[in-house]
Amino acid sequence: MNKQNSLPGPGDIYREVLPNGITVLSRSNFNSPSVVMAGYFEAGALFDPDEKLGLAEYTVLSLMRGTKSRTFDEIYNALESVGAGLGFNTGVHKSGFHGRSLVEDLPLLLGLLSEAFTKPVFPKAEMEKLRAQLLTGLDIRAEDTGDMASMVFDNILFKGHPYSRPEDGFPETIKKIKRDDLVKFHREHFGPRGMVIAIVGGVKPEEAVRQVKRAVGGWQVKSQKETPALPPIKALKKTVSKHHRIAGKSQSDLIIGTNGPMRRDPEFMAASIGNNILGQFGMMGRIGDVVREKSGLAYYAYSSLSAGLGPGSWEVSAGVNPQNVKKASDLILDELRRFVQEGVNADELADTKANFVGRLPLSLESNGGVANALLNIERHQLGLDYYQRYEGLVNEVTAEDVLTAARKFIDPDKLVIAAAGP
Amino acid sequence: MKDPLIQTTLSNGLKVLLKEVHTAPIISSWLWYRVGSRDEVQGRTGVSHWVEHMQFKGTEQFPANILDKAISREGGTWNAFTYIDWTAYFETMPAAKIDLALRLESDRMSNSRFIPEEVASERTVIVSEREGSENEPLFRLGEAVQQTAFRIHPYHHEVIGDMADLHSMTRDDLYNHYRTFYVPNNAIMAMAGDFDTESMLARIRELFESIPAGDEPARLARPEPAQNGEVRLSVEGPGTTSYVQVCYRFPAASHPDFFPLSVLDSLLAGPSNLNMFSGGISNKTSRLYRALVDKEYVVSVHGGAQATIDPFMYTITMTIHPRRKPEEALAAFDKEIQRIKDERVTKEEITRAIKQARALFAYGSENITNQGFWLGYAEMFADYSWFESYLEKLSAVTVRDVQRVANEYLKPQSRVIGTYVPLDGKA
Repeated sequence: MNKQNSLPGPGDIYREVLPNGITVLSRSNFNSPSVVMAGYFEAGALFDPDEKLGLAEYTVLSLMRGTKSRTFDEIYNALESVGAGLGFNTGVHKSGFHGRSLVEDLPLLLGLLSEAFTKPVFPKAEMEKLRAQLLTGLDIRAEDTGDMASMVFDNILFKGHPYSRPEDGFPETIKKIKRDDLVKFHREHFGPRGMVIAIVGGVKPEEAVRQVKRAVGGWQVKSQKETPALPPIKALKKTVSKHHRIAGKSQSDLIIGTNGPMRRDPEFMAASIGNNILGQFGMMGRIGDVVREKSGLAYYAYSSLSAGLGPGSWEVSAGVNPQNVKKASDLILDELRRFVQEGVNADELADTKANFVGRLPLSLESNGGVANALLNIERHQLGLDYYQRYEGLVNEVTAEDVLTAARKFIDPDKLVIAAAGP
Repeated sequence: MKDPLIQTTLSNGLKVLLKEVHTAPIISSWLWYRVGSRDEVQGRTGVSHWVEHMQFKGTEQFPANILDKAISREGGTWNAFTYIDWTAYFETMPAAKIDLALRLESDRMSNSRFIPEEVASERTVIVSEREGSENEPLFRLGEAVQQTAFRIHPYHHEVIGDMADLHSMTRDDLYNHYRTFYVPNNAIMAMAGDFDTESMLARIRELFESIPAGDEPARLARPEPAQNGEVRLSVEGPGTTSYVQVCYRFPAASHPDFFPLSVLDSLLAGPSNLNMFSGGISNKTSRLYRALVDKEYVVSVHGGAQATIDPFMYTITMTIHPRRKPEEALAAFDKEIQRIKDERVTKEEITRAIKQARALFAYGSENITNQGFWLGYAEMFADYSWFESYLEKLSAVTVRDVQRVANEYLKPQSRVIGTYVPLDGKA
């Protein structure tokens, strides 16, 4: 097998925009008897009013709870009887769906997707069951040190910005949402404009597109609202620390970080390579080496970069004994200082570049991996040849680029330090 | 799953399974050792898992920080798992780079150093791993249920080990365990991916066959006696959500009843997923979901049996609805169990379970790492044909079989019921 010809590119990705605005991407994989159908649409949590935070998620999760043609049980009976799956999720900007089935059942997946989008009925009894499940999820979240540290972190870093809000809301906001709110949210925010569907597996692209057209090609929504513009993100003026207390826990979660780039920023690749050296490469990069390997303070200690349609965050996370929070925090701060003072050396850079290029085929071996790649291309307008150009994009990054990106985003004196635990 | 598979055993006892799959320029290599928490006595619980951690600390030839960088540099991914019955190490690499993984595995089969300072720093890492698990109500509950279900058999402790042992075990305890169980005659090398079988086998011989066989490791022979009476327990802890686990004894994976029980599980709680690297499907039309979640006794229910060497557990986990008491959920659960014992299931339900299993196999086969996993996994408790004939054996299950095993295995007197009692901020 040749590495280059196994990567998706213009030669084997099919892309078509339907007259109603839905973009369809498809790539076949006839080694597989199954198929993945994944995509995203505009109805994200950005549209949530503060007092009804969680509305987008509640609405999205209601779609499969009953349609004009089928009850909740009938929908899942159709899916599960053939070993298929279809699920929905909500992000800040967009919401998404992910389904898979044997190839022969793709029409079923698309049929259910179409029903869920165009004919949901929000049955009252099901809405209350779902509400209880969402509220229980929030009770469990309140006890999860990782989730709570992350919420505290976002709350400080993105203060006054919609990114500061958790998409799953709060118990008091979920309790306020009425069935009419769900119906209205669906009417105003669901529609074909901005929707993208990727189909990957043992099906020809033309056939996949034909099936998509039949299922949702005729869908039109005049009332679909435009996505609101976002306010700018305010930079931190100094380091802000906060500890959220959760009694009775044996471990605390710690997150230290700041703002990061958008996916489309020119510094993204350099920041991404820098992040890999900082807290991913090998056994979690420099952070893992200092916090886990040398000090034995944590089972996990790593850094991550979340770059999306808007500015993301650049954060270091660790799970440590409650008594070691300060110690781990000091070690991480030292590493961040070193990172922005010294940058990365030539060996580290070469290692990470090889890692980025080498691991690409692994991320693209399953239908789900390829579907994610196609959606990534579309969401960030990377070009159909992105994965074939990828090696070049990685290799042109210099140590100076990494240092510039690190200094642009990370100021060791202006960080958020969030912890949750006893 | 009918691609050609080569199986052979080297002169030192190392079993080798090779399966060419040319769908992507990737190879996944798995080295399995027949050692897990089942091989641990009290005072040294968790030793297998800790040894697995030490296997990442390096040899003379591949010192620690060289080792992980080398794999990552080549674009590979690697990890290891310790389970009650086995310990497995895998590397999935671009096909042209797999030799690095083979050299590494042959080296660390006998040359890991277990330097005292590194044992010491890893001790606190593993303590931290356990503390992270203890943060989870379901870990605390599951541990209590398991140690109640197994008093004699070493399945009674968690793979990570008891905290007391994690503090007291010595470097020599770890090293002795390593030397005893990490011998070629106690291991299986399984590979799937884009290679030529003949030359790959030659390379494996070159790297592994010179490693001398060791003594056949002694095994603890402490079968768990029958349980004669239901046991109920509770675990208190932080939070506001209650959980209930009901745990029945299940037979070994090699037992013929394992297959009708898999169908039973699929009907009750949704299909179990035998893929390690590919998720399962939802269970919203399983009998327990309809009876418990739809009726709002619980907000979620999951069941699962695991394929094991000795008889282990079938555990159903319920997250209790905030307006219900655990006893109410349990009463509704018992009604559903009684129904499957009293009334025959339909042929259609069995056909459905088989189609679900077929789809899950299809999803798992997309991924070379998962295919590599399958090869060796079944060898740990049966052999690869267990996998190859899995769908066939499920297809042979009759409605009568399902009713029989429901009555035989889902007995109240041989179950443990654990309840997590949330202290609601009073912790």
